[in-house]
Amino acid sequence: MEQWTKKHILGIKDLSRDEIETVFNLAASFKEISQREVKKVPALRGKTVLNLFFENSTRTRTSFELAAKRLSGDVVNFSVSTSSLAKEESIIDTIKNLETYHPDIMIIRIESSTSLHTLTKYTQASIVNAGDGRNEHPTQALLDMFTVKEVRGNVENLNVLIVGDIMHSRVARSNIFGFQRFGGKVTVCGPSTLIPYEFQNLGVKISYDFDKAIEDADVVIMLRIQKERQTSCFFPTMREYLDRFALTPERLRRAKKDVIIMHPGPINWDIEISSSLKEQVHPLILKQAENGLAVRMAVLYLVGTQKRELVEVE
Amino acid sequence: MNNQKEILTGEDIKRTLYRLTHEILEKDLDPKNIVLIGIQTRGVHLAKRIKNIIKELENYDIDLGILDITLYRDDLTAIGPKPVVKETKIDFDLSGKVAILVDDVLFTGRTVRASLDAILDFGRPKRIELLVLVDRGHRELPIRADFVGKNIPTNAGERVEVHLQEVDGKDEVVVLRNTDNR
Repeated sequence: MEQWTKKHILGIKDLSRDEIETVFNLAASFKEISQREVKKVPALRGKTVLNLFFENSTRTRTSFELAAKRLSGDVVNFSVSTSSLAKEESIIDTIKNLETYHPDIMIIRIESSTSLHTLTKYTQASIVNAGDGRNEHPTQALLDMFTVKEVRGNVENLNVLIVGDIMHSRVARSNIFGFQRFGGKVTVCGPSTLIPYEFQNLGVKISYDFDKAIEDADVVIMLRIQKERQTSCFFPTMREYLDRFALTPERLRRAKKDVIIMHPGPINWDIEISSSLKEQVHPLILKQAENGLAVRMAVLYLVGTQKRELVEVE
Repeated sequence: MNNQKEILTGEDIKRTLYRLTHEILEKDLDPKNIVLIGIQTRGVHLAKRIKNIIKELENYDIDLGILDITLYRDDLTAIGPKPVVKETKIDFDLSGKVAILVDDVLFTGRTVRASLDAILDFGRPKRIELLVLVDRGHRELPIRADFVGKNIPTNAGERVEVHLQEVDGKDEVVVLRNTDNR
């Protein structure tokens, strides 16, 4: 690729295969920086990076913060509990206010009541999506795919199984778009109450039978049951969920020998994955987190070193 | 079409590298104190060749590091992101050593400036020296080379290209005249 042209990273949906591969190649180079004694390069020197989290997160926020710092960007964290949003300032007003500081990158996590696309009209900065409601979580999918590529050597034409709370999962959607870009066949599996029928329109297979679905899978992505999002009752008891949709040693035995098990973290042990599998699956899941840092460095580098053209802001 | 002039042949490059290696050994004496740092891409291959010559002459395996300076460039925002960042690998201790930076062409000096910043992030060598196969002039920073293969006076519109077997399939140094308004 000659030049990177995307100003914002709003979703995997907008990224071409070529662009995704560019992120992978950069992330592979950036991993080395974190192993140096001086874990810093000056690529984003003098750039201001705002970490705007209108929704809770520790891992993603820390990972983005560290990524920006390793590239010498100046990071300011702004999270909802400490901000004036509690005083009912609107999100757009917040962005307009922060825009007066001339930031270069805004990393935003948001409940999708306001779309990120709309927010791009109110700032000169590049916006990087760190999770917008049920829509997308692009850097999570990029790090998942990058991890698969690292382990297997390729991400092309894989059978990918995503298990759990599909409905509330932006991770599922981003991974669906991502793996499909590389010719993958994606199956989603979970309680029928947690798989909206519309997912068929995304070209995925829907399965309610984990035992069967796991047999063909090259990659299994276990999603987190997000208790905070369960406003109504989607399955009768945790025990029933565990019985049908948890990854257990018995189920894992049905899978291919070289199957890759991933989880975006944090894991609820004995809900999504049996704790007896900890030794077997945890190392790779931790590797995902490590790769997340490198992938986020790559994304920030690509949008942060772009030639700035002034745009009209509203 | 004849806008390309060969300045050094493959045989010339070979002789030049032997001479430069002798100059290094003459100046810095003990190869145990020397490390080579090749600047991506062609500097790395030149450094590997020098390493082999030192092995041949002194029967000593000198440490070789690889440096990609993309992230240290001062014009990243001006040129837009370079979507390719190559490997950097310096997996030995630099402190107390004489680090010899190796590059193919010395031009504005900005690559060398970036390399100096990068190297200092890896440790504190006793001294840093610069070896280039070709010095074509037109410096924009107060930088000079300690070991020069060949000085080639050029004008700003010309391009000097070092071609190496490992990357380009052939050893040669050519000057290209700018006829296509590039």
